[in-house]
Amino acid sequence: MTAGALLTAPYDVHAVRADFPILSRQVGGRPLVYLDNASSSHKPTQVLDAERAFVEQHYSNVHRGVHTLSQEATDAYEAARDTVAAFLGAVDPHEVVFTKNATEAYNLVAYSFGNAAAGSAFSLGPGDEVCVTEMEHHSNLVPWQMLCERTGATLRWIPLTDDGRLDLTDLDTLVNERTKMLAFVHVSNILGTKNPVDVLVARARQVGAYVLVDGAQSAPHEAVDVQALGADFFVLTGHKMLAPSGIGVLWGRRELLDAMPPFLGGGSMIEVVQMSGSTYAPAPERFEAGTPVISQAVALAAACDYLQEIGLDRIAAHEAQLTSRILAGLSELSGVRVIGPDSTEMRGAAVSFAIDGVHPHDIGQSLDELGIAVRVGHHCAAPVCRRYGVPATTRASSYLYNTEAEVDVLLEGIATVQAFWRV
Amino acid sequence: MADESMYQEIILDHYRQPHHKGLREPYDVEVHHVNPTCGDEVTLRVAVAGGVVTDVSYDGQGCSISQASTSVMTDLVIGKPVQDALRTSEVFLELMQSRGTIEPDEAVLEDGIAFAGVSKYPARVKCALLGWMAWKDATAQAVAGSSEGAAHV
Repeated sequence: MTAGALLTAPYDVHAVRADFPILSRQVGGRPLVYLDNASSSHKPTQVLDAERAFVEQHYSNVHRGVHTLSQEATDAYEAARDTVAAFLGAVDPHEVVFTKNATEAYNLVAYSFGNAAAGSAFSLGPGDEVCVTEMEHHSNLVPWQMLCERTGATLRWIPLTDDGRLDLTDLDTLVNERTKMLAFVHVSNILGTKNPVDVLVARARQVGAYVLVDGAQSAPHEAVDVQALGADFFVLTGHKMLAPSGIGVLWGRRELLDAMPPFLGGGSMIEVVQMSGSTYAPAPERFEAGTPVISQAVALAAACDYLQEIGLDRIAAHEAQLTSRILAGLSELSGVRVIGPDSTEMRGAAVSFAIDGVHPHDIGQSLDELGIAVRVGHHCAAPVCRRYGVPATTRASSYLYNTEAEVDVLLEGIATVQAFWRV
Repeated sequence: MADESMYQEIILDHYRQPHHKGLREPYDVEVHHVNPTCGDEVTLRVAVAGGVVTDVSYDGQGCSISQASTSVMTDLVIGKPVQDALRTSEVFLELMQSRGTIEPDEAVLEDGIAFAGVSKYPARVKCALLGWMAWKDATAQAVAGSSEGAAHV
């Protein structure tokens, strides 16, 4: 799809596909069916061209010099920040911090809180609590476990129901007056579950806890408005939303970012440096020590533009159709069980499933022979596998360029796998 | 399905009907090995007497490659002198690291030759080695501790 596509035109998935060169390749002599988008997405020509044009015409280090290229590179980098801010509905571009990925963003917040002086609004100690959920990606779980280990704070988590939702029965106990941070995933990468941000934010506000929302699986697929979500921090990663790897985003409320201690020290994040000590720049520079991810930020902005030109609401509607088709198809196969919500209600595009009698690694290998790329394993959410009594799952996750025909290839592939393994 | 090159009938047979599976006594050492990237795991016991591997028993969960490879391994090491079994494990390791360039010796590896195709899939090599690595670990501990005579019966 090219610039200027009408938001009201019917969704033309084949025009979208034409923008992604890799989708025309073959795997094992068959057309590639790429259903591993929750892991990482492919890049359209527009994004690749934007990054290449920047590097070929304007590249230099940023915030460093007075020469022409340095200024042009700085302008492009800061324009990328403006674009991402607008993409997220942020009121102020200073609220957007570029990181190398989502993982660094969670660690940034956790280490910043851990660096806070005793008695500050961010500091934690024995008696304080951090609350997460049982469906977190390891990246939004382990940093909080580590923070609690360092500070003596207690980690709590919201458990899951049998049908893949948060069990909010004890929410008022789990999120209480001792809770300093409630960190949770917006859309689960393994279950596909979309969580009720409003309910969770409302409870956090009652007790004065900060709220971090992991948007790695939501921002690529639906329109996000951080003001409407009402959280304090929101995280996304570029490579899952058509941008290159190496770029992530932490959005945070400016008054918080300006008050939080730094995470990484170095160049760019300082104000005055003396041998006896230093003071720090305001956000976002405070959290962007060293030469930042420059051309990747430019490419991320191009990806945001691309997604918005097509329209995130239209993308979400397209994906909902595909997800519905996958869920319906799986429900008709005997011996196949969906791990996660079995309807498109409050749900993203990642669908995990188990096939009786066949290990996910064998499923993934067999599907690869048919040209179908899915993810197998614990998806960096091992507690979820444990909760549902499976060692691993097979996950199919679609995106804006997948087709109903590809869903049918997957469903036929699963039947072929079952026949091969005689189950 | 075109993946017969990897999923040889020998592998499927061992997967469906694994040899020596189930934890048994007596044993000298028990180890638990996991593959952190995929969650496969094996609990394995080794009994060594007079420099000979007298028994290997195991339980676990995992893909066909890891389960079949562990089954084949027990056939190859039980009843063998420890030194001979370790040499066999080195031959199997070499095969798995060969990326399909080695013609396996059936006289040494027996059913293990079926895994030659797996060596062409680097992501699956660790599956094929899970049981072997657990056995080597347990056997090394058993040999080191044999002078202490702390057998579990």
